[in-house]
Formats: sequence, structure tokens, C-alpha cells
Amino acid sequence: MTSPTRTSALTFSAVAPGSGLAAALSQTPSAVLGQIAGSGLRGRGGAGFPTSLKWSLAAEAPAQKKYVVCNADEGEPGTFKDRVILTEFADLVFEGMTIAARVIAARHGIVYLRAEYTYLRPHLETVLARRRQEGLLGHNIAGQQGFDFQIDIHMGSGAYVCGEETSMIESLEGHRGEPRNRPPFPIDTGYLGRPTIVNNVETFAWVVCILARGAEWFKSHGTAKSSGYKLFSVSGDCKLPGVYEFPLGISIAELLGEVGGEGAKAVQVGGASGQCIPAAHFDRPLPFEDVPTGGSVIVFGPQRDMLDVVENFLEFFIDESCGQCTPCREGVPKLMEGVRLLRRGQCSMAYLKELCGLGETLQLASKCGLGQSAPNALLSIVEHFQDEILGRAGAKRSPAHRGKTK
Amino acid sequence: MDLMQDCMRICSWVKVACISGRKVVFMKDYGLSLLVQGESPHVLLTERERLREELVDLAERHGHERTALMAILQEVQRRYSRISEYAMQVIADLLDIHPVEVYSVVSFYSFLGERPQGQFVIRLCRTISCDMAGKSHLARQLENDLGVRFGQTTADGKFSLHWANCLGMCDQGPAMLVNDRIFTHVTPEKIHGILEQCRRTFVGQPLPPEEGRRP
Repeated sequence: MTSPTRTSALTFSAVAPGSGLAAALSQTPSAVLGQIAGSGLRGRGGAGFPTSLKWSLAAEAPAQKKYVVCNADEGEPGTFKDRVILTEFADLVFEGMTIAARVIAARHGIVYLRAEYTYLRPHLETVLARRRQEGLLGHNIAGQQGFDFQIDIHMGSGAYVCGEETSMIESLEGHRGEPRNRPPFPIDTGYLGRPTIVNNVETFAWVVCILARGAEWFKSHGTAKSSGYKLFSVSGDCKLPGVYEFPLGISIAELLGEVGGEGAKAVQVGGASGQCIPAAHFDRPLPFEDVPTGGSVIVFGPQRDMLDVVENFLEFFIDESCGQCTPCREGVPKLMEGVRLLRRGQCSMAYLKELCGLGETLQLASKCGLGQSAPNALLSIVEHFQDEILGRAGAKRSPAHRGKTK
Repeated sequence: MDLMQDCMRICSWVKVACISGRKVVFMKDYGLSLLVQGESPHVLLTERERLREELVDLAERHGHERTALMAILQEVQRRYSRISEYAMQVIADLLDIHPVEVYSVVSFYSFLGERPQGQFVIRLCRTISCDMAGKSHLARQLENDLGVRFGQTTADGKFSLHWANCLGMCDQGPAMLVNDRIFTHVTPEKIHGILEQCRRTFVGQPLPPEEGRRP
């Protein structure tokens, strides 16, 4: 349990850099994979895909060239743990990538860093240069003959959708960041058509901890289906916003107790694309099988107007939609029109139901996660806060400075 | 200086600058710059030729592959605060792709663009946590102090003002980026000081880092 200013209390700071790589080099790649499988580690970006499965599929793919990509395009509203990890524990991230390279036999790694974090780049380049000097990157890493791996940093240019793995690959290849159809999945047709694993910053860091401390240690925390610890980015109406480490499966009420967010009216779990959970459901736990999250928890105090919240999220999605598929490009602005009607108190129940129907269409028919999850916030607010949003007097005007799309 | 007088005869406006040790004369309306190097004969270089030279250098450094496109575009954006149509054509030639492909990429990303930006691009985070922390007041104060609206650039070409989506500083909001530098816990009264600091910073120099900010 870590308050924002004490990163020293995170597991990451107790793991000595190098210990994970040393453990990985003393075993065969398949044994390393076995350990990760044994730990039950699931992707920390939010989707919760089993890391060992992704890696083993990439390892089995027959190809001369393979790539390891670190997803540092942390754009989900309310998420900032990767920023802290990259600032404080960059070594663990690069070490995790190096371990991944050995497991899948890749020689080239790429960190896709979002443009908003450009100020982190000099620090990351310094760490990379030091690792090269120490023989932890480059040729014959740590004295192992034939184990070559290099890491480059690629900058994003301000597109939320590039956090989606296939969009990220498109962007790395120098294209518009529009998602690809899946399958084929990146594990066999990724960057430049080669097998590629794309993992979140935090996932790589946990791999190092698992190898350093053993799969059993990791497995013994969390829930049966979502083991281990996870970093949570907590912001909004609470006394102590910041990055916290909790075992997966912690209940929302417990989490709010730790961060000083008691008395909250609702929390948004998983950022703008996640779901809004009202106070009545605060006993719900936060593992991947119940409320999946990339770690973003935004606390809403009793004074918050939930329509403001949903309007802010829809504005975000309208701006960030890549415009490739129709449900997302046309559907989200329609949802926004509905929210404006609700705000003016001019939305009939029949129309609200139609809006919810449209939301469900978006969830089904959009091409990538952005469009599929854009209506989530609206749907959960309609479900839980109907009394608050229906039949409004219309006197409440939206604040003068709504962000306008560019 | 005869040269200057010659220049003045053909155009209304002449500006002399020193760029990497060489004296360059910019002439309005002609899009020309004249390189004056010691006693050597004057080299007449158009802005376009100079840009082309830089782009060739960049392509040499990053490679002539499509994968180099983003890195080249980012560098052009950084140096020129925009990516002109001409630059896009040259880049397309260098990477052997269609100019429309380059345009499609430039128009997709919010940190790249054809429209000239100010020396300092201010991006205020409008996403939920910063919104709840009071970004509206900051927005109003920024508009008041700069005299422009969001999406616009000041007449002196110093500042451009934009909205940004989540800057990843949700625990320390409201947050804004000024070029590459992040400011957190910004209050309306701090804005003036930040803008003044920018005005005192020379063209091409980075802003000094903020003291004591935690990660």
C-alpha cells in the first residue's frame, strides 16, 4: 500500500535491477516461460490477456526476425502509473523487455513513448546508454554468446488510439494509427509483418519481479484468476491521489479507504473506456474477471454532476476517434447530442432507450476497443443515475469552457 | 553594405540573422535567403533549398524507409513549428512514397500539422481529473493573458493555445504542457509567471526544468 510520494514502498523498489535477468539467464527460455505461466501474470494494460500465452505463441512462431514492443502510450484518462514506473523503475522495464527477447528470440525492442511524455525521453536514453555500457543490452548480453538485443525509443505524436496494439504497430511503421483487423494477431503478423509482442510498461516490470522472487510468491497474492499485485492510478475527489500498489481483487470500498475517498458517490474504473460504479456497488472487487482495469480509478465526490462526467468522456472519444469505422465516428457524436438533450432536460425516455441501443451497437460493431468502449460510461451512468439525469430543469448550463474539438 | 541596398531595392522588408555562424539575409515577398559567408561569393539560397538540405540530412540520419517517417516529421515539426506542403513533398520523394501518404500521417496526429504554431505550444489538459481540479478557470485565464482563443496563435507568433487529452498528471492537476515541459498544480495566478518565463526564453532554447516536481 503506497501513497503517491512513497514509491519506495512499491514492490518494484525492493527488487534489485539485474536479479530478474540473472535468474532468466540461468534457465532455459521455456523454463522462464513456465515460471511466468505459473505466476498467472495477466497483461497490466487493462485487457488482462495472459502474458505467458502471448509470449509462447510468439516464441513458437517460425520467423527470423521478431520484435518486442513496450506500450508506453499511456493515454487512458486517469492513468499515470506508467509515467511513475518509467521515471523511477526504467531499469526494470528494459530488463523485462530483455527477458522477453530471450524467451521469444527477438533481437530488437521498441519502446513506443507517447508524445506527452517527451520530457521522460532523455532520462530513458540515459538508462539505455548505461545498460549498453554495462553489457545488459547489445551483443552477447551478460556474457551469453549469441544473445543480442537492442532497444530503441519511438515517439508517438498525440493519438490515444495508438495505445491499441495494432494501431501502435501501424504508427511504428509510419502510417496513420488506425487499428488493423484481428486476426491475424501481432504475435504472428506484427511490426513489419513479423511476430511481435506488445506489452504494457507495468507487465514488463512485473516479469522481472516474478523471476526474482518466484512464481509462487506472485501467485499467492490476488485472486485465483487474477494473481499478484497491480499498480492503481488514483485521482479525483480523494485526499491522497497518486499511484498505489494493491493486490488484484481489492474491493472498491477498501481502496477508497486507503486513498481517503470515503463518501464518494461513484468511481470510474478503467478510465474513460471503463465503467462507472455507484456507491451501492462499492463492495465489488477489482480483478480482471469482475471489473477489468488498467489501474485507473477516478473518484467522484457527492457534489459531482454525472452528466458533466459523461460529457467530458464523450468529448474525449469524439476527439480521439480515428474516424476509420462508421459506428465510432458517427455514433459517438450522436451519443453526445443525446447527452446535451439530457442536460437541457429535453430527452424523452423513448429517445434515451434509443441512445442506449445505439451504445450497444457501438459496443458490438466498432472495429477496435476505442469505439467498443466509448459508450460504456454513458450506459453505466444511465443504468445507475437515471434519477439524476432525467427530467432536469435545464437551468444548469454547461461550464463556459468545455474543451472544443480541434 | 551594397548587398543590403540591392536587396532593399527589390523588396520592402529585409531581415538579417546569424544562423550557425553564417549571416543570412531574409527578403520578404521573395521567400529568398541570402547566405553571406565571409568574403566568399554570395550564395543565393531559397528557403526551400535550405529546407530540402535539412530534410536530406534527416533522411540520411533516420533512414529512407517508411518506418523513419514519424521521426522525420517530428523533427521537422520541432524545428519549423509546422510541416509545410513543400516539406511533405520532399519527404515523400526521399522515402519514395506518395505525398498523400505523408499528408495522411501529418493530418492524423494532433502533435503534427501544416498550420504554423507559435514558438511555445501550450496544451491544457481537459480530461476529467484536470476538469474536476478546475481547468476551466485556467482556460479562461490563459485566453485572457494571451488574447487568443483555443486553437489560435498569438499575433507575435510566440504562443499557440490548444486543448490536450489526458497528459497523465491526473494526481497533480490541473496540468499543462508548454512544448515538452510539464506544469502541474497550475493555478490561474501562476499563468502570468509561466508566460513571462517563456517570453524571456530565446528562440530555440528549451525552458529550464521545474524545480522539485515529483514523478
